[in-house]
Amino acid sequence: MRIQEHPVLDFKKGKPVEFTCNDETINGFEGETIAAALHAAGIKVLSHSAENHRPRGFYCAIGNCSSCLMEVDGVANVRICTEPLKAGMVVKSQSGKGVIK
Amino acid sequence: MKYVEVLVVGGGPAGLCAAISAAESGAEVLLTERSSILGGQLIKQTHMFFGSEKQYAGTRGIDITDILIDKVAELNVEVMKDANVLSVYEDGVISIEQNGKYMKVRPERIIIATGASEKSLAFPNNDMPGIYGAGAVQTLMNIHGVKPGHDVLMVGAGNIGLIVSYQLMQAGVNVKAILDASPTIGGYLVHASKIRRMGVPILTRHTVKRADGNDSLERATIVELNEKWQEIPGTEKEFDVDVMCVSVGLSPLSELLFQSGCEMKYVREFGGYVPLRDSNLKTSLDHIYIAGDVGGIEEASSAMVEGHIAGLAAAMSIDKQHPAFESLYKDYQEQLDSLRAGHAGDHIRAGMAKASL
Repeated sequence: MRIQEHPVLDFKKGKPVEFTCNDETINGFEGETIAAALHAAGIKVLSHSAENHRPRGFYCAIGNCSSCLMEVDGVANVRICTEPLKAGMVVKSQSGKGVIK
Repeated sequence: MKYVEVLVVGGGPAGLCAAISAAESGAEVLLTERSSILGGQLIKQTHMFFGSEKQYAGTRGIDITDILIDKVAELNVEVMKDANVLSVYEDGVISIEQNGKYMKVRPERIIIATGASEKSLAFPNNDMPGIYGAGAVQTLMNIHGVKPGHDVLMVGAGNIGLIVSYQLMQAGVNVKAILDASPTIGGYLVHASKIRRMGVPILTRHTVKRADGNDSLERATIVELNEKWQEIPGTEKEFDVDVMCVSVGLSPLSELLFQSGCEMKYVREFGGYVPLRDSNLKTSLDHIYIAGDVGGIEEASSAMVEGHIAGLAAAMSIDKQHPAFESLYKDYQEQLDSLRAGHAGDHIRAGMAKASL
């Protein structure tokens, strides 16, 4: 759900890119955050909590709260609410606390 | 190891102004910002600021950012973006991670301007996707142009709750109601009446009883509170919403200050633990200064003024005196006094009395 018209703001978008989230192809714009692209595509559940497996989305959107951690291009625990989107990124829900490679 | 005269941590309104004033005093400044853009939370403030002209009243937050960034670019300020300050050691060395590289910096003075983070609220299922900080929703809408959902319940009728509700409607999102547990609206009445005119009820003495949904938020149950802030049974109401914005205050992001070993104190009026400071915004450690929300939750206007004071004072302490130090310093202190005057500043003045060295 992207805002089409806004009374005050004019959104400058990067070029359209494709990436994958849990093997599904998603469209987004280069340079926006991964979280913004996922949300625009209707994906709110990013992972499940390590112990009680409760669904997790982002909460703060500015890199404070760690609720949005995902695996990006093989790197675990990436704060996707601040990580800029690039073409071809492979984004995955990580299980548990993630594995540092 | 890199050596600098003044390190400013955080590129929001406070940090930008601190860097400007320290550099204008003749100090060599390094400014670090963890994100890829400068401006902090100013970059999503589409509303016009209050206060006086000196703090850019009448200008939208997004435009203030550009004014400050342009000033920084003209000065002797090295800017490091995507740079996370990881630690502040006892000997004054700090470590930074940038794009996967680790480095150490030894500054003569450090100005911590790391800002604040949004608080959460305790109720069953408060961790469900669809429940966001109000500032998070503002980031999503105003920076990325993405709607948070269709129907929103806003929790908190302070200025952030009111302003974000208005901005949600500007973006074409339906705001079903605004709640606040307190008996009165905390934000400016000018914002509240604008929202009421648009037909959104503001329910004071109400709180969230629970949230429900299958994987993400679908329904919120609210309840009325009595004068003792206890739930009144039978007053529950349900709202079908896919978004809840929690705007119940902020707490200072003071981890680096704790690490540094400066004297900290819990000050309720300031939203959490804050460093003790003198009128120059110097902490109990001679080489560490603060500016903005990290020292106590306030407004962007006062964060900018504090930034200028900390920048001038930190530079002065290493013999870099601004040519107009006396008059600027006096003017900034007077601006702070006037921003904190009157009834609206009562809690800030109370906090200041507890947090002063």
